[in-house]
Amino acid sequence: MSFWRKVLTIIWKDVVAELRTKEIFSSMFVFALLLIVIFNFSFDLRVEKVAEVVPGVLWVTFVFAGTLGLNRSLALEMEDACLDGLLLAPMERGTIYFGKMLGNLIFISITEALMLPIFSAVFDLNLIRPALLLTIFLGTSGFAAVGTLLSTMAVNTRAREVMLPVLLFPIILPVVISAVKLTTGILDGLPWDSLAPWLRFLVGFDIIFLVISYLTFDYVVQG
Amino acid sequence: MIQIQGLVKSFGHTYALQGVDLEVAEGEFLTIVGPNGAGKTTLLRILATLLKPTSGLVRIAGLDMASGGTEIRRRIGFVSHRPLVYSNLTVEENLYFYGRIYDVHPLGERVDMLLNLVGLEGRRHSPARTLSRGMQQRLSLARAVIHEPSLMLLDEPYTGLDQQATKMLRRLLQTINPESRTVVMTTHNLERGLELCDRLAILSRGRIVHQSEKAPLTLTELQEIYWQCVEEKTD
Repeated sequence: MSFWRKVLTIIWKDVVAELRTKEIFSSMFVFALLLIVIFNFSFDLRVEKVAEVVPGVLWVTFVFAGTLGLNRSLALEMEDACLDGLLLAPMERGTIYFGKMLGNLIFISITEALMLPIFSAVFDLNLIRPALLLTIFLGTSGFAAVGTLLSTMAVNTRAREVMLPVLLFPIILPVVISAVKLTTGILDGLPWDSLAPWLRFLVGFDIIFLVISYLTFDYVVQG
Repeated sequence: MIQIQGLVKSFGHTYALQGVDLEVAEGEFLTIVGPNGAGKTTLLRILATLLKPTSGLVRIAGLDMASGGTEIRRRIGFVSHRPLVYSNLTVEENLYFYGRIYDVHPLGERVDMLLNLVGLEGRRHSPARTLSRGMQQRLSLARAVIHEPSLMLLDEPYTGLDQQATKMLRRLLQTINPESRTVVMTTHNLERGLELCDRLAILSRGRIVHQSEKAPLTLTELQEIYWQCVEEKTD
């Protein structure tokens, strides 16, 4: 019980700070919006069936915008050495990981929720479907799970903005591929039987990333 | 309260601590002085469980650092030259946040008492970023003692403070050091280091090169010993 109370306290702190500044959310939202505009203009010129590229565009936008959010979220912990303040608390370091991971998941999910209607309008395609929302949630969970761990590693390096994507993108490739495959299948109206392997693959990677990140967080934060 | 034997910490090929042996009794105020790069911050960060030692034994309140990290952290209050408070949260929110993380009960009364103690009652709803450097350090001190730790670790707490803020912090440090509370403070300022402590150690190039009781020492004598120790090590 104490574990979850402390996790909620860390999320509460992140949400209160974000509501005051809107730094993480605004940077992710504006960046995602710009990506959609750029993709839209590019495809208008070259691609005949825009609907076919939507799954890829959707996930590239979410991953790029999410990376920006992860960077900002951990950078805020480094200001005034606040991460040290958290590490000094009498709790397992995994508690901090869960708090930060769930906070990141909330911020990225809100940005995605706001982007979906814009995507639907720009690409003239209904993207607000329960199966697609589940896929986005699972894909984002895997991204936030490993992204929170790697952004904690990257934040201590000099070139942290560059370091995070270099570390993160190769590792989250299985999550992105399965999320794109699922999204494509859902938009094409394929039966669940044919999508089930990708769903299992995505859930499996979410669990693996979550467990490994939780177990290794202590080694990452303690020098 | 603290037992350190043969403590070594290296970062790659660079040795920050090269076999530190030190004991601090319960209720004692130990000041560790030394030049920049002597290893003072590394030593305090190891005691605060923020860094893992490369080798050596560290025990706090009888607990081994390797296995009792969480229990050790419950007993520690840490103040550094950086405030460790969230600039976008208010003064009150910062204390409530740390109080909840440390399971402090009843939290409201404790926060009110600490805000009065550090003189920030009137600024309780101000975001921490709007506070002066001295006020932020006072907030940092309130944060560090919110769970009533039995061991205070102070890493260069006077850095960046003006005369008035220094005077106030010194008064606060006196009030947070009742007989039961052990304090270890690092500083490179000999005068500040000497005035509050019971015992003083000099750290140079990762080794304790001198230890003595404060009682017979004057500032001039300390300066002589300090320069002798530091220059010997540099040579």
